[in-house]
Amino acid sequence: MSILVDAETTFIVQGITGREAVNLTRECLDYGAGAKVVGGVTPGRLGREVHGVPVFDTVAQAVAHHGRPIDGSVVTVPPAFTKDAVFEAIENGIKIIVIVTERIPRRDVAQMVELANLRGARIIGPNCLGIIVPDVIKMGGIGGPAKDAAKSYKKGSIGVISRSGGMTTEMSSTLSAAGLGISTAVSIGGDAIIGSTYAELMPLFEADEETEGIVIYTEPGGRMEAELARWVTENDSRLPIVAFMAGRFMDEMPGMSFGHAGTIVEGKEDTATEKIARLAEAGITVAEEISEIPEIMKAKLAERSAA
Amino acid sequence: MRFFEYEAREIVKRAGIPVTDYGFTTDPQEAKEIAARIGSSTVIKSQVLSGGRMKAGGVKFADTPEEAEAHAKDILQLEINGHMPRGVLVDPKAEFEQEYYAGVVWDGTRKQPVMIFSPIGGIDIEQVAEEQPDKVGRRHFSNILPFGDFEAKEVIASTGVTGSALNKLTPILTKLAKLFVDNDMTLAEINPLARMADGSFIALDAHMDMENEARGRHKQLLKDLGVGDDETREAREPTAFELAGEAVDSQDHRGVAGNVTEFDGNLGLVIGAGGGSLTLFDAVRKYGGRPANYCEIGGNPSVSKAKGLAKLVLSKPGVDKIAVMMSIVSNTRVDIVARGVIAACLELGMDPAEKIAIFRIPGAWEEEGFKILEKYGVEYADRSVSLHEAASRAVEKIQGAAA
Repeated sequence: MSILVDAETTFIVQGITGREAVNLTRECLDYGAGAKVVGGVTPGRLGREVHGVPVFDTVAQAVAHHGRPIDGSVVTVPPAFTKDAVFEAIENGIKIIVIVTERIPRRDVAQMVELANLRGARIIGPNCLGIIVPDVIKMGGIGGPAKDAAKSYKKGSIGVISRSGGMTTEMSSTLSAAGLGISTAVSIGGDAIIGSTYAELMPLFEADEETEGIVIYTEPGGRMEAELARWVTENDSRLPIVAFMAGRFMDEMPGMSFGHAGTIVEGKEDTATEKIARLAEAGITVAEEISEIPEIMKAKLAERSAA
Repeated sequence: MRFFEYEAREIVKRAGIPVTDYGFTTDPQEAKEIAARIGSSTVIKSQVLSGGRMKAGGVKFADTPEEAEAHAKDILQLEINGHMPRGVLVDPKAEFEQEYYAGVVWDGTRKQPVMIFSPIGGIDIEQVAEEQPDKVGRRHFSNILPFGDFEAKEVIASTGVTGSALNKLTPILTKLAKLFVDNDMTLAEINPLARMADGSFIALDAHMDMENEARGRHKQLLKDLGVGDDETREAREPTAFELAGEAVDSQDHRGVAGNVTEFDGNLGLVIGAGGGSLTLFDAVRKYGGRPANYCEIGGNPSVSKAKGLAKLVLSKPGVDKIAVMMSIVSNTRVDIVARGVIAACLELGMDPAEKIAIFRIPGAWEEEGFKILEKYGVEYADRSVSLHEAASRAVEKIQGAAA
């Protein structure tokens, strides 16, 4: 199957009349069986259409028009308005929210995540490209136009989770070319605070019968990898994980320093070298090059099926 | 964005937390006047965005206004870790009974801020946390509900502090939490927070860091503090090359091209798409290449921006060739980047086939892009050639050229 979305998922696009959003809507409608984009929202633009999708002033209007709850929203509005748009989606019963917008202050993100948790909703992003289930649905700009997305994402058994939008496609393309293919790929964004981290998505992949292994793309900075390593250590996961870490050169550059207090809470383990060691300790193989990932994964899968 | 100590103190003061009767100045004569006004012994502190002030001689004590003036004169001319001071802070030399610590920082895993409190202040809190963990209280708090008095009391009491100190510290912690949230800080720290002889508390020093993305909504505060829009407060001043990159990027609003960091290698990089640029930079170095720059390009920039960036990189002294590489692109158009980099070569009177070591950008509009590259004889690769393979080819070519 898939995680987060499937062929039946209905969603809206908030900020649908923006230039990028218009393209994104086209791409989603064209991909796979055609996404069920049941409405768009841009305040003041009630009555317009974007590629046949009706536009509303509010999310409430879109839900009323649809006549039953809407599953998801792709939010692509300017950073100053994103928090309100996401609150609006959550308060109108939307359960899966993909935030495309970049440069949102972390206080806003933290508020959105906290409200989502209270209401049983889930946020993917911000600053991400969304979710794709090959040949079925894409929710967000992931993979680009439908015909390009089809080249990189072939149906298969590997779940992909990536902090970088572009690298989601690069890694998926490599896995597809090697015959492994993708179950669901999720671009989660790389900001300091995001809606769904590797560790938070693992239980979903764990429960997904189609998924046999996980590939992650990661970078220096933050605690997301340590959190994943801990999850893997504490849970008896059936899924082998292969990671690729970019930005190794940053270890040699003067750079990111936490305030003193930050190291107490977040720890010092945010360099590439320390992350690689931490992931390796948890049994996660870190590939040197992306092209090596399929072979490593195949070996791990063979090892599991032999055991 | 980090604040100078004198700015951080002003922010603390505005939040309603007591501070000393300090003064900030860039003039030794004025330092003398401030010291005279204070009327007791003073401490003169260099205002630099760098640690190790004390060790470098940037903090000195004065018994008289004249001595304060002399110290200010010395400190104003003293470079610390490559930074000249913004000015000096003239502060009363406080007589206190005990030093405490209070700070707020983000916890990215829990996605909430954490209040940290300790009855041991004045030194690095991480050291206290390691050596006496029971003396460091921590408490996460909601992003939606205001930080309440009860939460302040819980974190203070958890370290064994009770009595009137508990009640006097409570409003300071709630104000600090509010200050952190209201100003989009990534760190708000009072250290030391001193208990004076009369039992009152006063902030003797503060560190504040504001999230860059949030600067736009704190214009008034930044204006009041005299922080200019152009003050990036990066650890290193941008080079002329990097500033020229910014100029390219600001040409128009479409996409990003020109966000560059300068290095001293011979292979110019026109790379991008977020994680792709990190991967490619690593790959070039892995194969023994010497990058002349790090670069971020993406979000579908215009031809003229791609051209401007390529020209900038090609014109940098010591650059023999450029490598144009990205991970598979979704919305940046391959043909637009191809047009831009070829136009850059032609306008500089260079042969694209010779100057572009490799072009590896697969994805949107690739067929159109590849046609253009073929026309000019530029070596290109599609998605079947990995990022590392492309980087290794570029390095081979430039090493061949140098030999």
